[in-house]
Amino acid sequence: MSTATMTGRPAARSETRAVPTALGGLVSSTRAELLRLRKWPAVWVLATVWLLLNLTFAYIFNYVAYATGSSGFSNEGVAPESLLPELLPAAIPSVFTGGMPMFGGAIMFILGALAAGSGFGWGSWKTVLTQGPGRLSAFGGTLAAVGLAVVGVVAATLVLDVAASTLIAVFEGQSIAWPEFGALAEAVGGGLLIFGMWAAAGVLVGVLTRSPALAVGLGLVWSLVIENLLRGVGNLLSGVEYVTNVLPGTAAGSLAGALGAGGAGEPDGAPGVLTVLDAGPATLLVAVYLVVFSAAAALLMRHRDVV
Amino acid sequence: MTNTIVVTDRLTKRYGDRLAVSDVSLTVRRGEVYGFLGPNGAGKTTTLRMLLGLVRPTSGTATILGHAPGESGATARVGALVEGPGFYPYLSGRDNLRVMARYQRISDRAVEDALTRVDLSERGGDAFKSYSLGMKQRLGVASALLGEPDLLVLDEPTNGLDPGGMADMRKLVVDLAEQGQTVLLSSHLLAEVQEICDRVGVIAHGRLLAESTVAELRGASTLLVRAEPLELALAVSMRVAGDDAVQLTDTGVRLELPEDRAPELARALVEAGADIREIRTAERSLEDVFFEMTTDQEENR
Repeated sequence: MSTATMTGRPAARSETRAVPTALGGLVSSTRAELLRLRKWPAVWVLATVWLLLNLTFAYIFNYVAYATGSSGFSNEGVAPESLLPELLPAAIPSVFTGGMPMFGGAIMFILGALAAGSGFGWGSWKTVLTQGPGRLSAFGGTLAAVGLAVVGVVAATLVLDVAASTLIAVFEGQSIAWPEFGALAEAVGGGLLIFGMWAAAGVLVGVLTRSPALAVGLGLVWSLVIENLLRGVGNLLSGVEYVTNVLPGTAAGSLAGALGAGGAGEPDGAPGVLTVLDAGPATLLVAVYLVVFSAAAALLMRHRDVV
Repeated sequence: MTNTIVVTDRLTKRYGDRLAVSDVSLTVRRGEVYGFLGPNGAGKTTTLRMLLGLVRPTSGTATILGHAPGESGATARVGALVEGPGFYPYLSGRDNLRVMARYQRISDRAVEDALTRVDLSERGGDAFKSYSLGMKQRLGVASALLGEPDLLVLDEPTNGLDPGGMADMRKLVVDLAEQGQTVLLSSHLLAEVQEICDRVGVIAHGRLLAESTVAELRGASTLLVRAEPLELALAVSMRVAGDDAVQLTDTGVRLELPEDRAPELARALVEAGADIREIRTAERSLEDVFFEMTTDQEENR
């Protein structure tokens, strides 16, 4: 570019930024973050991976097991014909959260960690924080946008489950019985809480480490390995149990378990699904974790230097 | 409406044992181009980060447009490019600006305008990660220009630009200044600051060494004398201008003497029997001043 073409003169007097209120800043920050998350291939990859995982483990494998008369992938020894009821629309509330505490949660953790942590390396946080909205509003926008992404993923999961189970019912000539609305709402709410908690955890660790790679690595090791190890130790040492019973993974797993995700006969069937806590305490604990993770991330973001 | 846009009072930032910025008190007035001048690592970027609210000062205060740094009242009216452009690599240049326009709550039309101003319209659809360093820098300036801020903070805006790009960037700043835009520009390129800035602050090792107009910093013009014998020329010069106002340099004798006293000096030299080779007025460049100042400080440390 050697021709002198840059010019300080705008074509016409452009719009001027206004000083936003805290709420106005939050709304505009959310819109901005939604735009950039929507156009981020990584977000679509993560959502697609989860949906495929859900479809495969909740429906395809079990349907193949049922159709071929072999025992199911996680239901060894279970008679094939007892698999069918789990694959029909009426069973969606109990199946819905089955893969969420561990595998889905890990994917949402990655989503949160990438959304919050990448901006430090790219320098985009520094750009965002000089746009006008205050720090809390700007960061609140990221939290809200990640939350809306989680809502979108849960909604897509529901649509996929309804489609898959309806298809199986039609194929198998079963009459279509829809699940009770109350039970379905509970399952969707539980899914939102579980995914929301893990995504918030990802955001927090992303902010803490200021590095998406480190955050994702730590998060995966924690959710897939360390919690399971601790629970193993907890089974042997009673003192450790008090701690492992209130870990995020335990809470999320118990919430899924309380919703019937493990299957009637085997509550601990799907990996990550537990029956350690009852529905009430599990729900409360997951909600508390969600709020605490989000608030801690926001506080860190508000007080730390952005370099 | 206040006439000062930025005021800092003994702004200090300490990282552990290292004092990055120490007691910097500077003032940027409305409508001026303020050059923040210093070598790499002098504390320019840290100071600018404190002004933008990205970094909290260890002590001291700063006021931007009557607000504390980082408050909405300040950041909403400041456009900034600090230490290189920071954008989402997977988004196009245009989409990156659209995201920032959403943050500012202004329309996408302003984005096209900003892209045009930095000559990036044609490549606006390409991913940011595919941009050259110069294009990234220009997108950073476009983002800073979005929303017609009252104060434009540009940290080393010509970094990574080729000579043509640097000339364009200077022209852009001059154009903006002509429209009354207040610009705070940091640079380690003295020639650049000398050309486009009204006032400059010189910073080295975290300390503000001087703050004044370019002309004041460079001081009154001096006279340069080449005559023989040198000892005689030196003695006569000291008699005419005073002992402290004479300096022996590689190029000859330098006198802090106004131009209109040149004939008097010439007569005195001739009367003393010296052979004059040259008498001319010599202006110090900002670079000379800068090196003098930083060397003095170095010696005083």
